[in-house]
Amino acid sequence: MTTATAATTAATTATAAATHTEEKMIVFEDVSKFYGEILGVNRVNLSIAPGITSLVGPNGSGKTTLMNLMTGLLKPTRGRISVLGTSPDEPQELFRKVGYCAQFDSFPRGATGREFIEFYLRTHGASSRALDNLTHQALERVSMLEAADRKVAGYSKGMRQRIRLAQSIAHNPAVLILDEPLNGLDPMARAEIIRLFRQLAAEGLYLIISSHILHEVDMMSDSVVLLNNGYVVAEGNVHGVRDEIEEHPMQILIRCDRPQALAARVFEQEGVVEARLHEDRQGLFVKTRRPDEFYLLLNRVVLDGDLRIESVAPADDDLNAVYQYLISSDGGR
Amino acid sequence: MSSTIDSATTQAGKGARNLPWGLWAQQTLAILGLELRKNFLSRRALLIYVLAALPVFLLFLLAILPPDADEFRNISGLSVVFSIIYNTLILRAVVFFGCAWIFMNLFRGEVVDRSLHYYFLSPVRREVLVVGKYLSGLVTSIVLFGLTTLLSLFMLYFPRFSAESTRYFFEGAGGKQALIYLGITTLAVIGYGAIFLIVGLFFRNPIIPALLIYGWEWINFLLPPLLKKISVIHYLHSLMPVPLSEGPFAVMAEPTPAWLSVPSLLVFTLIVLALAGYHTRRMEISYVGD
Repeated sequence: MTTATAATTAATTATAAATHTEEKMIVFEDVSKFYGEILGVNRVNLSIAPGITSLVGPNGSGKTTLMNLMTGLLKPTRGRISVLGTSPDEPQELFRKVGYCAQFDSFPRGATGREFIEFYLRTHGASSRALDNLTHQALERVSMLEAADRKVAGYSKGMRQRIRLAQSIAHNPAVLILDEPLNGLDPMARAEIIRLFRQLAAEGLYLIISSHILHEVDMMSDSVVLLNNGYVVAEGNVHGVRDEIEEHPMQILIRCDRPQALAARVFEQEGVVEARLHEDRQGLFVKTRRPDEFYLLLNRVVLDGDLRIESVAPADDDLNAVYQYLISSDGGR
Repeated sequence: MSSTIDSATTQAGKGARNLPWGLWAQQTLAILGLELRKNFLSRRALLIYVLAALPVFLLFLLAILPPDADEFRNISGLSVVFSIIYNTLILRAVVFFGCAWIFMNLFRGEVVDRSLHYYFLSPVRREVLVVGKYLSGLVTSIVLFGLTTLLSLFMLYFPRFSAESTRYFFEGAGGKQALIYLGITTLAVIGYGAIFLIVGLFFRNPIIPALLIYGWEWINFLLPPLLKKISVIHYLHSLMPVPLSEGPFAVMAEPTPAWLSVPSLLVFTLIVLALAGYHTRRMEISYVGD
């Protein structure tokens, strides 16, 4: 073999290996996105492997932009994106592999939950029988079978979130992209959905989840990508972030009918450092160092039936401080 | 996940590779079904129903309060009256604004409702989406405005001359005229539909371009012959079964024969749809500012 032939063979092998790798990863190559003169994300280089990867960052840090770029809803100003070897410019191929549960809280008018999923599956070319099976399984996975034939317009926020999730997993995608998927869910539903994510990851799926709630990220992620002002400031294993998070109390807003009674209950728990009533006296802000245990307590409160909890949402005013801390300490790695 | 999911997805994948036309047809039908439901049953459809019923209602009033004019006293006079009503009210107002509302909302309405991403996140070529949505607009408009045309004819002729009208439409020239009017309505929907589809895609506020197009179509009779041809109404006028005078200020031009005007409109529509497909392929969704 001549030197030139050997070099060509080596180059071909390297290209084949790179292609093979690209087909097994989600790759961002020097990706930038500008909205006019406003920066969305800048010079992002990422290779995302199977498992749960969380995009973490404060509002406006570029999490949704990255997700929208990955799914072709936005086009990069510069750079290249490949999702398991497919360009986001080819929706007909991409969305056989990808399911995206976006944050937009809107639905086709008049549709029931079941119709919403069925319509999406019809665009995949699924037969009537497969359509029924796939819809049923997706609804079952998110515990929405009973409400499936009701109009989506009448769903609660949590139900709408779950039906969107069902739609995004219904066609059995290899990649699942979820933008703030736990927003609006009550504690029990949160735990249930996180369990589902873990199960999907164990089945070999790629789950890309955005969140600005570090505790949720900690509970479910294999790796994190930390974003700030459009830049990836850190990426890697989630365990390094954990210690930093545990030192920082998390603030949660619980909307319920009797917040004073709830306040009395929450102080039974260790880790709660502060509880204060919402201005309208229909909610309670709780700061806790042990959010997992706090969510379990809320589950017990719901089960006891003493209080009617309408919603539970993180309301962490100090989040930016945590990011700053993480960013300045090498992203928690 | 279960084998049912795998097999369905694989089948769909195979369909895409081996029989893309079959899959595209299936996807187009899926989009058509959903869009028709929206077009006919959503709140936005109320305005279209009112618009489509307007000429029928006015002709109903004319039937119960008949005007004392010579044109209303015989069948041939009524054909001139209908030609005027069809040209000024049905074609230039109902069909024009109806198409504007239906077709501009196909994409713009979804952006306003923040629901377009559901289509963009499905495994559908964006060009197929354009075709599916356009077809839904066509079916909706042809059904509604076709009915407007037929019911208006009925309301003008039958209350006055029931027996004569039956003979006129089922044995005489009336039936052919009715079909021609229906054909013109269909062609108007095809042409205006394509224009308003693309207006809805390109403009955040499509009302102003729609009004400009309306003005351009109205002053068509004043335009020099070459410019007349850059309009939809010129080709439709050429097809009218009862020609109308355009007034003393009209600039005269040779009407375009049907064999040329019909294919011209269809070719124009295909070009506009191709442009719409090209545009949607590059379209981004952020909903910011919409």
